[in-house]
Amino acid sequence: MDAQHPALLTEEATRTDASTGLVCTGLTKIYGGIAVVNQVDISLTPGTVVGLVGENGAGKSTTSSMIAGMVQPDSGSMTIDGEAYEPRSPADALRAGVALIHQEIRMIPDLSVAENIFLGRLPLRRGVVDRAKIEEESAHVLSLLGSRIDPRRPVRGLSIASQQEIEIARALTRAPRYVIFDEPSASLGESETARVFDQIDVLRTNGVGIVYISHKLDEITRVADSIICLRDGRRVADWSTTGVAKDDIVRAMVGRDFTYGHSTPTEHGAAIALEVRDLSREGAFEGVNFTVNQGEILGIAGLIGAGRTEMVRTIAGSDRATSGQILVAGEPRTIRRPADSISAGIAMVPEDRKSQGLNLDRPGADNMTLPWEKHLAQHGLVTQRVLDRVAREQREFLDIRGRTDIPVRHLSGGNQQKVLLGKWLIKRPDVLILDEPTRGVDVGAKMTIYETIRRLAAEGVAVIVVSSELEEVLGLSHRVLVMAAGRQQGVIDRDQATPEAVMRLALRGHADTDSES
Amino acid sequence: MSRERETEMTTTSTREMRTMPESPAAEKRAAGFRGHVASLASKVPGPLVGLVVIFVALSFLSPYFLTPRNLLNILTQISAIGIMSVGALLVIIIGGIDLSVGAVLALSMMSMGWLYSYAEWPFEAALPAGLVVGALIGLLNGVLATYGKLQPFIATLATMSAAAGLAVFVTGGNPVTGFPEWFLALTTMSIAGLPIQGVILVLIFGIAAFWLRFRPTGRSLYAIGGNEEVARLSGIPIRRIKLAVYTIAGLLAAVAGLLVTSRLDSAQPTAGGSDLLNVIAVVVIGGASLAGGSGSLLGTFVGLLIIGVLNNGMSLLNVSPNLQPVVLGAVIVAAVMTDRRASRAQSGH
Repeated sequence: MDAQHPALLTEEATRTDASTGLVCTGLTKIYGGIAVVNQVDISLTPGTVVGLVGENGAGKSTTSSMIAGMVQPDSGSMTIDGEAYEPRSPADALRAGVALIHQEIRMIPDLSVAENIFLGRLPLRRGVVDRAKIEEESAHVLSLLGSRIDPRRPVRGLSIASQQEIEIARALTRAPRYVIFDEPSASLGESETARVFDQIDVLRTNGVGIVYISHKLDEITRVADSIICLRDGRRVADWSTTGVAKDDIVRAMVGRDFTYGHSTPTEHGAAIALEVRDLSREGAFEGVNFTVNQGEILGIAGLIGAGRTEMVRTIAGSDRATSGQILVAGEPRTIRRPADSISAGIAMVPEDRKSQGLNLDRPGADNMTLPWEKHLAQHGLVTQRVLDRVAREQREFLDIRGRTDIPVRHLSGGNQQKVLLGKWLIKRPDVLILDEPTRGVDVGAKMTIYETIRRLAAEGVAVIVVSSELEEVLGLSHRVLVMAAGRQQGVIDRDQATPEAVMRLALRGHADTDSES
Repeated sequence: MSRERETEMTTTSTREMRTMPESPAAEKRAAGFRGHVASLASKVPGPLVGLVVIFVALSFLSPYFLTPRNLLNILTQISAIGIMSVGALLVIIIGGIDLSVGAVLALSMMSMGWLYSYAEWPFEAALPAGLVVGALIGLLNGVLATYGKLQPFIATLATMSAAAGLAVFVTGGNPVTGFPEWFLALTTMSIAGLPIQGVILVLIFGIAAFWLRFRPTGRSLYAIGGNEEVARLSGIPIRRIKLAVYTIAGLLAAVAGLLVTSRLDSAQPTAGGSDLLNVIAVVVIGGASLAGGSGSLLGTFVGLLIIGVLNNGMSLLNVSPNLQPVVLGAVIVAAVMTDRRASRAQSGH
């Protein structure tokens, strides 16, 4: 192997003895006044694997981004072998021997495997890329990983698992001493995940220190030597892997104090407002069955990537179902596009208000009236009077603070969210779907939105709330439907819906459905 | 008025708004006198200032400029470009572009001429047929851009080429002349002292402005151009509206072709060759963004007057016709640069 890439298999043993490892002390990152990572300590010894677990938004990715130089901490320090380590960029981190393997694989499909591995630092020979060299070195690294991919072929057409291997190989050519895996198995099946574990074992025996982030507790307990749990940006627990019970981990992940004091929702009606039968969308989710009564709030819980958003988008006609039936008030409806679901009385507040919900350059009033202008028009005209009246009604109903006659861009996140909610309440829907209704809003606006949801349910609107915040789902809902790996894992009644019960279902993938019995 | 055109005056008011406590009382105060002045000021389009400057300058530079005859002359000179720029604005608002306007103008006038003079249709039938040809090419643009999933630039580049070729092909490159008297009168007669083609121009601007401002479908053009996904999720029938917009643009190009034919008493296969640049210049100077979602007919009208007044003034001042496009280029750059500065100041950077 080339001198530029110190051999993985030779000098590592000595390094392990001499090294005190990568030590992070008091890492803190603040976004918008909220500490998303708060005083986190992690120490990573060469040749060991630290598992990092936590709910959505617990701060795992931010922590790993800080270690890999993608984000700079607001306070706290990091050292490698006792020397200060302050990466300003991923390139800095790589120079110091720290590599991050992304959750999402970023490859250029028409370049060869070897070119992708050496992208950004292709060696030249007489002014052209030295293919022989990169192909030879790529082949060497890939063989270390036990991979049989031909480095000369283009990436296009390779499976996700193979691309994952290339991603790991790319990190290895930098001869890293520390590697962070950010949910590498999110898109892998069981046998493919097993291969990643074999590769991690190769790295571990070569003295590389590894941070492994995953939602899947079975994996973590299998691969990690010790486990750290983050919750709300803080390190709340740690264990050595031997003998830790999964229930303990789950409890540490969810066991937070509830801050909103949700009241029990009012009794819901007996009539079914929405029924979903065997709904599937290929590649996203399958076999979803549930009903929502008038006045009922159904929560949908699950981890990111469980298929929750895809499922509600299909009900709202944003995407098309591949099979299954949707019945509104007992009547089957064909929903192919958003207009179909709107006319069936279904409204959906999408999860991303900037790209799917609002036109930020248009005034709030115009944003709200957009779906309803044909109904609102008087003598076929949408006048300023109509806009003003509608805007005033929604401002009062939702307590929107801020003007609705200026581009919504100038409003706070909370008020933007209220405008978006108002947009879908102008004509009262029979079924209201809310996807992450309080993402990125302040506490005050959050309370108003919760209050509005309860009020709408009391009026008889069937409400579906998708949220990554367990507290939100559990506090609002009559029942909670839990999804994992594109499948419905169960529906839990309010009185049984403890955080632990929900999390246990949410952590279930295809791999370990049996381990719950 | 176009958002991007909101000038420094509005900038101040927006800043105030952001720092103000968001209480109803404070809001009322903002909506009071100063807010009122600011909102009035924001309704004055940026290009209008430019127009006034050019206008005043030319009044001093040329004794003929500020005569009623010359001003009416300007109105007739810009009518064809103006009618086409209404269509172009609609297409640009939805985030598209129509390169085929000039070629559609030529093809529809030649179709009309061929049907009348070669196929010997009665002119009363040939005229609407010419309009239908324009609308159909517009519809084809729309179909290619929506169902064909071609980028509008490419789709209309193709139809531009094809239409320009067909316009020459139908009569073998020969112009058609000898149209009925009443048709020629369209561009020679006046109503209450205003040339008919000027009235048609203003009427088309008025109708289109009304549609964009008050009709649900017209209003949704801004939603489509601003963020197509948001519009789709709001149940807006995007494809249908796009087809309609491209069809309108084709139809308006045909209307412009009709006026040009009447004015020249001749259908010329190579007419409209240089119109595309002027049309897009008008819309861009008028403050529309090629990114879509913004633009107004008032702004476009002002842009149209700027180009009309400039061209007229330069002719009066004996500026070489070869230099006039150079000035036009400079005006486009100046207009868009002030535009960007204004919108950047507004977003606080």
